[in-house]
Amino acid sequence: MIGASLGAAAYERASEISAILAVANPVDDRRLARLSSRPDVVLALSGIGISFGGVKALSDVDLEVEVGEIRAVIGPNGAGKSSLINIISGLYHADRGRIAIDGQSFSQVPASRLARLGVARTFQNLALFGGLSVRNNIACGRVHTRRASFVEHIAGLPRARSEDAGIAEKTDQIVAFLHLESVADRLVATLPYGLQKRVELARALVAEPKLLLLDEPMAGMTATEKAEMAGFVRAARDRHGVTIILIEHDIGVVMGLSDRVAVLDYGRKIADGTPAEVRADPAVIRAYIGTAEGENGEDIR
Amino acid sequence: MAVQALDGTRVPIDWQRLAMPAVLIVVGYGLIPAYASSYLVEAILLPFLALSLAAVGLNLLTGYCGQLSLGSSAFMAVGAFAAYNFNLRIDGLPLPATMILAGISAAGIGVVFGLPSLRLRGFYLAVSTLAAQFFVQWALTKFGWFSNYNPSGVISAPHLIVAGFPLDGATGRYLLSVTTVIVLTAVVWRLVNSATGRNFIAVRDNETAARVIGVPVLRTKLLAFAISSFIIGVAGVLWAFTYLRTVEPAGFNLDRSFQILFIIIIGGLASMRGAFLGAAFIVVFPLLLSRIGAFAFGDLFDSGVLDMSQRIVLGALIIIFLIAEPSGLSALFDRLKRRIG
Repeated sequence: MIGASLGAAAYERASEISAILAVANPVDDRRLARLSSRPDVVLALSGIGISFGGVKALSDVDLEVEVGEIRAVIGPNGAGKSSLINIISGLYHADRGRIAIDGQSFSQVPASRLARLGVARTFQNLALFGGLSVRNNIACGRVHTRRASFVEHIAGLPRARSEDAGIAEKTDQIVAFLHLESVADRLVATLPYGLQKRVELARALVAEPKLLLLDEPMAGMTATEKAEMAGFVRAARDRHGVTIILIEHDIGVVMGLSDRVAVLDYGRKIADGTPAEVRADPAVIRAYIGTAEGENGEDIR
Repeated sequence: MAVQALDGTRVPIDWQRLAMPAVLIVVGYGLIPAYASSYLVEAILLPFLALSLAAVGLNLLTGYCGQLSLGSSAFMAVGAFAAYNFNLRIDGLPLPATMILAGISAAGIGVVFGLPSLRLRGFYLAVSTLAAQFFVQWALTKFGWFSNYNPSGVISAPHLIVAGFPLDGATGRYLLSVTTVIVLTAVVWRLVNSATGRNFIAVRDNETAARVIGVPVLRTKLLAFAISSFIIGVAGVLWAFTYLRTVEPAGFNLDRSFQILFIIIIGGLASMRGAFLGAAFIVVFPLLLSRIGAFAFGDLFDSGVLDMSQRIVLGALIIIFLIAEPSGLSALFDRLKRRIG
């Protein structure tokens, strides 16, 4: 009992010390500089750590994403996948580590500038604007390109009109690309779940991002819808050249779709490589199938 | 028939869409000024127009942008007292300019009291807008300058003249009101159907998603407070100058703020038509109730009973609307139209 509490105290102190060291860790910075200066790396994370009320959601996670790849991040529930995507999009602030987006390095990504940095995302639980039509929801995805003020909009001045026309055209293209024509003028809240997920993908794609973050885009879908969505994700990469980070719980979907897969478990990256490499990794099998070892360490397989 | 659009293409006129505004213009500018009794204008139309405009303003903030406010009547007071002072202290300032300056004053105060919205949401924001309600009333009572040192803080409407035409009569005040309401409603209509209006709705429906896709959330909220307060401020000018003619700070109390909030709840949140339907209901309802009461109960239905029954029925109606028809009279109206058409 005493030993355990002493151990816990020591552990806490050690993590504090390592936190202090990590903040000013020149190795991290140099590694990040090296990675982010490579033109083929869109996103580089180094030494990312975050805790919530003493629980470490992520510790020392590195990840680099190359231009044009579909990069999956998988892991069991509570592995820290969503925390990772929220850190990349600036909704959470990492306790330590740095994030480089397209060569710009941050300790905290400014969420309000995310779209202008060329990053778009979808949300695990739908985050659409229920009071707007499908078309208007999608058009909102280009709001970061607008410059006209509200006075210009009210008066219908040329700049506001040309912005509207340009955005309407882009919206139409995405609507056609994702086969949303038949529902384009309906209120988004009236659509079935699978279609709402697709509208969210459309709203992210219309921004023409360099990097697209998809947080469980197939969660809660039927098998047909999943296959359809996987097709759209692949087509988005092939046709628009967008780099994609795909967070997914369903390991089967990921293996066929992604170029490289990182596996998180208890907030640490336990494997990273091609789908084939990851599938064969014993650590991944342990994480997914549960502990493959018995109480005393003997192999129970 | 077709009209030439700005880009040179010919656009067919949609007669069905023009029918409603045409009827409104004929009634509003032709029939009412010609035939309406002064009782109808003074007791029903003038308060209806001022309250409608205030509701249009609050609806922009609460209905479209999702920021709950209980300070509407404070912004009406700022508009009324600012207009009084601009008119008093700047010689020869035209009435439209006075109204615009009064609106800008209300917008300024609105932005200041909108600042808490950057940190607070929902119920907490509503409580913080109460600060506007109490502060403005206190300041207008405390500092005599605002009412030109009137001992009881009362201000009286100046002579209303627009471009040489005196508008002090009931019809003149009606025309001033209806024109102001039409112009500002058209402006708000354009706004809510523009990209800025969609930003309001985006902030209301999902603030996090709005920020991530690049909606300037803080600027959008403050803009909603500014424009909403501008409109409510001008509604305050109408209330003071065309309807009541003499007002005191106590007239712009919390009850008035609640009344405007009830108008948009009963009329329908995020609906332009709802503001007018709700205002019509709130103005006509007490009159109807007193007639019906007098008819049914005779002398038993005195003003005390009327006041009490009015509160009871209104309270019950708000609860019923919130439960059964959260989209208000506006949605009810739509359903009725579908059933008939």
